[in-house]
Formats: sequence, structure tokens, C-alpha cells
Amino acid sequence: MSFVGTTSVRAEGFTPPGPGDFNLPPIGPDNTFEFLGQSMYAGVTKPMLQLVLAAVLMFVVFRAASAKRAMVPNRLQFAGEAMYGFVRNSMARDIIGSRDFMRFVPYLFALFFFILLNNLFATIPFIQFPTFSRAGMVYGLAALSWVIYNVAGINKHGFVGYLKLQTVPAGIKGPMLLLLVPLEFMSNIVVRPVTLALRLFANMLAGHLLLILFALGGEYLLFEAAGAVRPVGLLAWLLFIAIAFLELLVQFLQAYVFVLLNAMYISGALADEH
Amino acid sequence: MTGDLNGNLNMIGYGLAAIGPGVGIGLIFAAYINGVARQPEAQSRLQSIAILGFALAEALAIIGIALAFVL
Repeated sequence: MSFVGTTSVRAEGFTPPGPGDFNLPPIGPDNTFEFLGQSMYAGVTKPMLQLVLAAVLMFVVFRAASAKRAMVPNRLQFAGEAMYGFVRNSMARDIIGSRDFMRFVPYLFALFFFILLNNLFATIPFIQFPTFSRAGMVYGLAALSWVIYNVAGINKHGFVGYLKLQTVPAGIKGPMLLLLVPLEFMSNIVVRPVTLALRLFANMLAGHLLLILFALGGEYLLFEAAGAVRPVGLLAWLLFIAIAFLELLVQFLQAYVFVLLNAMYISGALADEH
Repeated sequence: MTGDLNGNLNMIGYGLAAIGPGVGIGLIFAAYINGVARQPEAQSRLQSIAILGFALAEALAIIGIALAFVL
């Protein structure tokens, strides 16, 4: 295990940021304990607090939006209905199908806004840390999604029927099955949760790393570099601002893709036998 | 510039690994735009297929970046 960029020091004195910058120390006292030969921290870190904050914020906002349930919605209720309608209609209903999509709407809805809010924390001032750039935070979500779509499929088709649905492609006969069944099993059961988790995590980590690099690099160029090179720092900061806006798009897109794929996996698990 | 290069070969590997998915995502969205241009009413059906294809292609690049950081 070598972590890139944590130890390489340039001759000029600029230390590039690396994944090590995402290892925030726990808030409060350092309680370390030994686990599997590694020293682990026992404590509360910033991303943990952000998860709780996101849940509380979501609860408060949507609770307030759905408190009155007036026939003529006020502004907040209208916004809440628009957000709910977006997830319900454009994702859940169109992909899972109108027969049994309502069961999954609460999960997809909560998932979408939870991920979106946690991604937006990377941009909101004074927080400025994407929760899901810590891989452990994403594994929980991916595991939950994996359990949900598999249980939905097993409930509908039975265990053997579900396995058959997920691993035996339609219209294939004979020796090709020997090749395709393990492949399909790998891609549909094993790799899906891994890529689901890694997609969100890697996007958040890479985007934030890029922002750190431009910010620190621009600062270094402006204040420490040789005289003629200094104005380049301003260019770096302009790019930093541009990339920050690109990141806003990526944050929304990743939440969207995560939930859309969840809906697709559910609809695949509920598909009729072919 | 002191003339010595330092850095990590992993990153070159990741750059190479990102070529394929990049081309693939481009092709997927080119086909999607084509399809919507020819049949605008098929957009909702094509969109989910396009996003699925995009996600499958992107998974390769993601495996690349994960391995670049941990190996």
C-alpha cells in the first residue's frame, strides 16, 4: 500500500495535495486503539457529522414542506412537491414501471436528496468537504441498495428463479451458457454494488482533489514562485472557480446516476421471466 | 526545472486506462443524440439506456482510478 502524493516533496518546496488530505483527524481527543495490527482512531470525524447534518436538514425541510398539505400550495410546499415529483415520475415511474414502483419511491427519494445534499457540502462555504469522498460512507449506501434490489427480486421470483433471471441471458443455449452464466453472475451480483459505490466515491474524491490542487497551486504560484511566473497563479484561480462550477454539475449528476441505477437494478430484479 | 522527474507511474497508467472509457462514453452519447434527433418522442426510453451505458463504461475508468491510488 503506497498512497500517492503524501510523501513526495518537490525540490522547490511545493507539496502537491494527495488522498492523504482527506484523512481528517477526529474532532476532540485522540483515542487510538489497535485493530488488525493497525492503529485506528476512535472518535467522531467531520464526514460523520455531515451525514447526520444532511439527515436532519432533509427531515426539517421536507417535514416543513409537507406539514400543511394545502390544496393551494405555498412556496415551500410547491418546491417540495416539485422535488418529490421529479424523483417519483422521471426516475421511479418511468424505469420501474407503473405497476409496482410506489413501494420504492420513499427509498429512492430519500436516497437522491441525501446524496445530493452530501455532495453539495463540498461547495457550501465553511463545510467544503464532500462526505462521500470517504469511501466508507459510500459502502453503506451501496450495501443497502444491493440488499434492497436483491430482496425485491427474491420476493418476486423465489431464490432460484431470481438467480436464473439474473444469470441466464435470454435465448442462449448449449455450451455458451458455461461461459456466460459466471460472467453474468459476476456483473449482476458482485460487481454492481462495487461500481455503484466506487463511482460516487471516485468522482467526489477526484473532483475535490482537483479543487485543492488548483487552490494550493495558485496560492504557491502567487506568493512563492519566481517573479515572472507569479501572474500564472491568477489563471490557476480563475480555473479553480470554473472547475468549482463544473463540480456543481458533477455533484448533481452523480446523485442522479446513483438513484437512476438503483431504479434500473430494481426494475431488472422485478422483470418478468423471459 | 531541475531536470529530474518525480511522481508516480500509477498516474500514467490511470491516464492510459481513461482513454477507452472516454471514447466509449463519447460513442454512447453520440448514438443517444442521434436517436433523439431522429425520434424525439423516444427520448425518455433512450435516456435510461444511455445513462446505463454511460455508467457501465465509466465503471472501467473508476476501477482504474481506484487501483491507481491503492496499488
